[in-house]
Amino acid sequence: METQKRKIVIGYGSCGIAAGANKVYDKLREIVDREKIDVEISETGCIGMCFREVLVEVREPNGDSFIYGDVTPERVEKIIESHIKNNTPIDEWIVKSNKVEGSENKFFSKQMRIVLRNCGEINPESIDDYIERDGYKALEKVLKELSPEDVIDKIYKSGLRGRGGAGFPTGLKWKFTRQSPDPVKYMVCNADEGDPGAFMDRSVLEGDPHSVLEGLTIAAYAIGASTGYIYVRAEYPLAVKRLKIAIKQSHERGFLGKNILGSDFSFDIKIKEGAGAFVCGEETALIASIEGKRGMPRLRPPFPSAKGLWGHPTCINNVETLANIAWIILNGEDTYAKIGTEKSKGTKVFALAGKIKKGGLIEVPMGITLREVIYDIGGGIKGDREFKAVQMGGPSGGCIPKSLIDTPVDYDSLTKTGAIMGSGGMVVMDETTCMVDVAKFFLNFTQAESCGKCTFCRVGTKRMLEILTRITEGEGKEGDIELLEELAEKIKKSSLCGLGQTAPNPVLTTIKYFRDEYEAHIKDKKCPAHKCKKLLTYTIIPDKCTGCTACAKGCPVDAISGEVKQVHVIDQDKCIKCGECVTRCNFDAIKVE
Amino acid sequence: MGNSTLLKEKFNPEPLKEVLKEYEGEKGVLIPLLQKTQELYGYVPPEAMEMISEFTSIPVSQIYGVVTFYAQFRLKPVGKHLIRVCHGTACHVSGAEKVTDAIVNFLNVEPGDTTEDGLFTLETVACLGCCSLAPVMMIDDETYGRLDEKKVRKILRQYKSKN
Repeated sequence: METQKRKIVIGYGSCGIAAGANKVYDKLREIVDREKIDVEISETGCIGMCFREVLVEVREPNGDSFIYGDVTPERVEKIIESHIKNNTPIDEWIVKSNKVEGSENKFFSKQMRIVLRNCGEINPESIDDYIERDGYKALEKVLKELSPEDVIDKIYKSGLRGRGGAGFPTGLKWKFTRQSPDPVKYMVCNADEGDPGAFMDRSVLEGDPHSVLEGLTIAAYAIGASTGYIYVRAEYPLAVKRLKIAIKQSHERGFLGKNILGSDFSFDIKIKEGAGAFVCGEETALIASIEGKRGMPRLRPPFPSAKGLWGHPTCINNVETLANIAWIILNGEDTYAKIGTEKSKGTKVFALAGKIKKGGLIEVPMGITLREVIYDIGGGIKGDREFKAVQMGGPSGGCIPKSLIDTPVDYDSLTKTGAIMGSGGMVVMDETTCMVDVAKFFLNFTQAESCGKCTFCRVGTKRMLEILTRITEGEGKEGDIELLEELAEKIKKSSLCGLGQTAPNPVLTTIKYFRDEYEAHIKDKKCPAHKCKKLLTYTIIPDKCTGCTACAKGCPVDAISGEVKQVHVIDQDKCIKCGECVTRCNFDAIKVE
Repeated sequence: MGNSTLLKEKFNPEPLKEVLKEYEGEKGVLIPLLQKTQELYGYVPPEAMEMISEFTSIPVSQIYGVVTFYAQFRLKPVGKHLIRVCHGTACHVSGAEKVTDAIVNFLNVEPGDTTEDGLFTLETVACLGCCSLAPVMMIDDETYGRLDEKKVRKILRQYKSKN
């Protein structure tokens, strides 16, 4: 359906807001109101090009689209003047368009958007926008034409696997929960996205909340639940707000509540805000948290599909998994199963971040190689530095080195490398990233987030962190690497839940692929990436020093001496290696090695 | 101590009483109640825990266990501005530590603490989810991205001069 008016759409995801979407919106509103310009102003969720935020799209009544990147309030004025008033789009600022060669058209050419089909296209606070793009048609089809068993069969045949990280077949999970004899069942959406460096679920919830609600409702019908919960991080206030709006709208239109669309099926959804505990991403801990307890995992079996929330059978699916459901029902399980590889079907959403040129939210068909993702979509490494590794799967995952950059993105190939598919965090690292430091970073995280129930996870991760800290501070000893490996194996074997079982992975993969870096720290007391402060020496390059005294003034321990306009010198005995002199020097005269 | 004045403020139970009424008869309400409490008072005061204990029949010891388990809950009041520095993976590799050090040095406050004048509370958080703007910090509801030490000092100076 064509809209009659010209539409200006602003990207209002968390990234866009952080980059200044509000100021752009205010300016736009001000000009449009003042000059009485006949356009409709709307908002949308994450478009994916986080690296070019703020993004503003001009949609012509004939359907043509022009997306402008790096928009500022000043640029808005010019866009209105040239594009809106004089019908002359400003080509050089356009990042994506169906009419002109946008600078980022390539960012999308290898992508395939199923989960993100509506993100950046619709106003997430408008149910009409969602319905216009076939929203809730899948639910209608399910309720009118399919039995719960049919639905489970379709999802099983599609090959969809859980997108939270572990990759368990979704259809099987539904089947097990349905088969439990207890008449009271619960359907839960896990939106406790906790991996540092991951924002896929947040973007889907902010950009297309109805697709998650529709998936959740279809899942509830399939397993036989009448109550659903969405367990969402409290740190995602915008996602919570949009979910609340979406739930209210669905009730008003009869997609939620009693006798949905005139059927016998009734279903309601409640939102539970998490309170900041990484371990609550684990199913049994999440259940404990919804019940109002400390989020500590328990032994399985019994699995939640037999005994979950309040003791009743419970099915827990991740946001991205659920956002696939409506598409599969409408387009057919066979169509879905044709995408991807033999054992990994469909697409996967990734949050591309770190030392990459084009960081953002992407969705790719399974089987694409890491090289294609990093170089073709992500545009390569920032500053054209050397690619070193990509971290996948967050604290449970691992670092994949350059030599394995042609690994295809599917569950099995990634597991073989020692990393995992994970929930979708993909953090790119370059030659300036120290791999021992990265391992320490993740251990620091898991050690702090360990719930404390299992001794090996609680104490073992702490001991590993201590060893890693020692190594990065130049106190590493012969045998430390072996000790780390031994502890890692024991923690993996003796922990109850996924957190402990996978916590050593970042250490193990970095030892596996970057053992020489560990050895350089331990034996030579050097950090090859120049990252570990205590292993660095700071010296002043006489040829470059102008004697401006900025470094000496900034040095917190008065380790730098020298007369004005004379070359300065750093006293190595006094130097605490804080790096302040490097920040202060305007002449690149401080050498760090 | 700057926040001693805040601490001495008398606890007013009325707003919490209103909230408790809304949750009558529901199950699994402890965490939402604590979240509401923190929204009202800025932290979870001991008096509030006692009221919630009475309402839910959950012992105070158990409530304290829940409060200390989750990172969201605070047992101390916060300063006028809450600074949250992101220490997610993307921010870490882009220099989150330098950003934190710059704040620590400039404000003379350790993560988790409040400055003596009660103006700033500094927290480090796991991930704010705007990785493409790394390194990132939030002051109250405002997000600041692509930070370095100089930028941090400039921003903090602006907040200081505003007060």
